[in-house]
Amino acid sequence: MKHLLSITDFTVEEISEVIAVAEDISKNIYSYSEKCKNKILATLFFEPSTRTRLSFESAMLSLGGKVLGFSDANSSSSSKGESVSDTIKVVSCYSDIIAMRHPKEGAPLVASMKSSVPIINAGDGGHNHPTQTLTDLLTIKTEKGRLDNLTVGFCGDLKFGRTVHSLIQALARQKGIKLVLISPDELKIPDYVKTDVMDKYGMEYIETTSLEKAMPELDVLYMTRVQQERFFNEDDYLRLRDSYILTVDKLSSAKKDMCILHPLPRVNEIAVDVDDDPRACYFKQVQNGRYVRMALIMKLLGVK
Amino acid sequence: MNIDAIKNGIVIDHIKAGKGMEIYNFLNLGELDCTVALIKNVSSKKTGKKDIIKIDASIDLNFEVLGYIAPEVTVNVIKNGETVQKVRPEPPKFLKNVIKCKNPRCITSVEQGIDQCFKLTDSGVYRCIYCESKAKN
Repeated sequence: MKHLLSITDFTVEEISEVIAVAEDISKNIYSYSEKCKNKILATLFFEPSTRTRLSFESAMLSLGGKVLGFSDANSSSSSKGESVSDTIKVVSCYSDIIAMRHPKEGAPLVASMKSSVPIINAGDGGHNHPTQTLTDLLTIKTEKGRLDNLTVGFCGDLKFGRTVHSLIQALARQKGIKLVLISPDELKIPDYVKTDVMDKYGMEYIETTSLEKAMPELDVLYMTRVQQERFFNEDDYLRLRDSYILTVDKLSSAKKDMCILHPLPRVNEIAVDVDDDPRACYFKQVQNGRYVRMALIMKLLGVK
Repeated sequence: MNIDAIKNGIVIDHIKAGKGMEIYNFLNLGELDCTVALIKNVSSKKTGKKDIIKIDASIDLNFEVLGYIAPEVTVNVIKNGETVQKVRPEPPKFLKNVIKCKNPRCITSVEQGIDQCFKLTDSGVYRCIYCESKAKN
């Protein structure tokens, strides 16, 4: 039985397989409408996330399956003090596959140790969010036609941004990737990501504080939100929140076919008028999230 | 100062000066019934000063713990007054219930009944298997 807790749980080949199925789904979604008939997905969201939960539910419903679950820890037995282990043992009896989000890092790993059905990590605190990474990869593949030989800029919160770390982990296994890491000093990429991922795979990278200087060479620009929930100190959050804001003016020096990604939700880091620029791909990402989660559910359930 | 030589037991030598008590505590040597000597600041040709622990009984030493906190030490096994074995503990690839994760965001901070596990990464750092935070003593 296979789980998806971190993007590194999948080989490059497995990722390619999921992306290929997702691309096919995007062309003819209705041919997949009965692939998971009679299967049940449990969505266990111990912290709120409308987008990811709805994406999973939409994915399962589009495959002809059914969905049950909760969207808030207060409406589950965890509010009575039930452990993750016990919750998972119970829900395993009611479902064929589980997607879970939990504020504590590593909760999905604990779940996978106790579960009798596949576990999908739908986000565990500031740790991993592998289905967002699959979404990002599908969007890059769709927009650029490849996942290798790209210059990818990451901008904003590179310290706490779990989607950034996961995507770097996935890109590290592709050939010819150059990273441009754009952030204030306080939110630079952690050293362990450099040593354990970027240096380990021999990735070429530069660190800069200037989005404008980095812009002309980028094939992909991955914007991030400075997330208030990752800060213990509100003053630090307020000081860094407005560090980097992408505007139409700043895009004037970008390549014509650059692709702008953002895991959403945004606050103010991308000006609203950028949405009309053909390079803005972040709402396409949302659509791709549904396709890639459909492909993932099929893979983990062993459905062809 | 003289500490008697031991006839059957274990000598943990070449402990970095000042680290003896930490090792003593990690190995729970205070719970032993036999004579245990912790000697601090012994003169050393190599390092100037070192600590030594002598245990006057043949016990099963936890090499996993020792390899984690003090891989630099030498463990001498003494039988009938002679050193019959010298062992340098290797840093273990996996640590189970030796140390606790200090990350307040880690699931181990709230979940009851799960093992505290750390693995040795390629960069030589121990990380919690759940949240991947760096181990801190």
